[in-house]
Amino acid sequence: MTVGYAPVAPDPVAAPGRPGRAWTAAYDIRLALPLGAFFLVFFLAPLALLVLVSFYADPGMTRFGLDQYARFLLDPFSLRVLGATLWLGVEVTALTLLLGLPLALLLTWAPARLRGLLTLIVLLPLLTSVVVRTFAWIVILGRQGIVNASLLALGLTDTPLKLLYTEGGLVLALAQVQMPLMVLPLVTALSRIDPNLADASAALGAGAWRTFLRVTLPLCLPGIVAGCLLTFAAAITAFITQSLIGGGQMLFMPMYLYQQASSLNNWPFAAAIAIVFLVAVLACVTVFNLVGRLSRGYAQA
Amino acid sequence: MKTSMRRDFDWFSFHGTVLLLAGFCLVLLAAPTVIVVVVSFTNGFSLRFPPPGYSLRWYAALAEAEQLRAAAWNSLVVGGWTTLLSVVMGTAAALAIARSPRLSARLLDSLFLSPLVLPALAFGLAALMLFSLAGIPVSPLTLVLGHTVVCVPFVVRTTVAALSQMDPVLLESSTSLGASRLYTFRRVTLPLIRPGILAGGFIAFMSSFDNVPVSLFLRDAATDMLPIRMWQDLEGRLDVTVAAASSLLILVTVVLAVVMERVAGLSRRLAG
Repeated sequence: MTVGYAPVAPDPVAAPGRPGRAWTAAYDIRLALPLGAFFLVFFLAPLALLVLVSFYADPGMTRFGLDQYARFLLDPFSLRVLGATLWLGVEVTALTLLLGLPLALLLTWAPARLRGLLTLIVLLPLLTSVVVRTFAWIVILGRQGIVNASLLALGLTDTPLKLLYTEGGLVLALAQVQMPLMVLPLVTALSRIDPNLADASAALGAGAWRTFLRVTLPLCLPGIVAGCLLTFAAAITAFITQSLIGGGQMLFMPMYLYQQASSLNNWPFAAAIAIVFLVAVLACVTVFNLVGRLSRGYAQA
Repeated sequence: MKTSMRRDFDWFSFHGTVLLLAGFCLVLLAAPTVIVVVVSFTNGFSLRFPPPGYSLRWYAALAEAEQLRAAAWNSLVVGGWTTLLSVVMGTAAALAIARSPRLSARLLDSLFLSPLVLPALAFGLAALMLFSLAGIPVSPLTLVLGHTVVCVPFVVRTTVAALSQMDPVLLESSTSLGASRLYTFRRVTLPLIRPGILAGGFIAFMSSFDNVPVSLFLRDAATDMLPIRMWQDLEGRLDVTVAAASSLLILVTVVLAVVMERVAGLSRRLAG
């Protein structure tokens, strides 16, 4: 009998005698209560408070007003920080996709033994501490770093190049740090593609490039969208890497928020920055999700 | 003849491009880790690569680095409690919402996963505001509470995925054979979803151990966390002791990751 699994609360869907439906309501929804209550107190309440604080007009938090948002949205400096942060996300996502897609293809072609090793290399950045990963890039890009040492030894340059604290260096470092977030969904999407399709395409006379562009790429679009979403969201919020590799001259939203909140102690403005940043991230996530839904429909068609 | 040559060129250019880019990507992925490990064995005082000579002096220095050791211990304790809370509450929640078509379950699912995409720094600030408004001083306890919010989504996600891959027929046969609800959970459901819970708990622990944005706001002055300690050491001076600490961390995590890959199919679950 399915009675043991029927929910305690009356539920018309899981009527007894319909074992097929029993599983869908197998466990009581009230099992979600502890985490739900926890999120209400420690996640939703803080976010609501954040919104509230952002509507205070002055750092002393005495009167309400839209002053903090006006201050952000009318200030060219703040807008430039927001723009630079989103643009950084775009650059990192593009580079990650350009390098991650070939690697994902290679992973699906590789024999099982090699695939294990390759997977470990892909996981490596995800499993090493963010400070460690970033620290490694300082060793590589620094004035005495490996890139400069090689360039000097090859006689390609006389003086060490400035690589650390530049946007190019930051994009490269972030691409490495976020690469697993791109490659893993891509591998999943690629492995779901029926290999017969590529064979059929080849048998019909299409070359390797054409098959890739017309068959493989459209079919793994959902994976591409999922990977881009994760990479983008992670790149623009990567506080440590941004501040250590970017240095003091490049300011992005997370550091801007932290400066206002901690050293300047301006909570209302910090809260407004956080809300603007949250809304920007949510807008990007929504766009990605819409594209993802469209592409899933396309891939199944 | 001509077409076959064009096809060969097409094949080689495509596979060549893929191999070249994938090769570069692999070097990019592995180089930083390899270089940190090599540099940590230097006998010099700088982070030069390749090192002038090799020694274990920085690992010996690590034994005397009291601050780093204390910070590592704090991170371990906070990570342990965070993982415990995340696994217990996350698994229960996953059981409640997995495969349920109800709107409430779908909404809860989105809510529980939302900390994954929201900037953790914004949440850290918000949580600090709440605690100071409620008159609760920041302490290791507030750290655990904050970490749990950002770490529990990993457990929910992997456990929901494991539950939705389960064959419902197994549960039906267990109950129809007279097994009680609790017995079926212990003997059928739990063994089947254990890899998912394990993988989620592992990722939750790693991400708590590595967390900076939430810790920055919710720790008190006396509680030093390992990633923040290392970050501050790096911003001040490029200390080789940090390289030794990093290498030790890399070694431990790689071993753990290989074990988790065997036991729980970690990479499959991360892609989820």
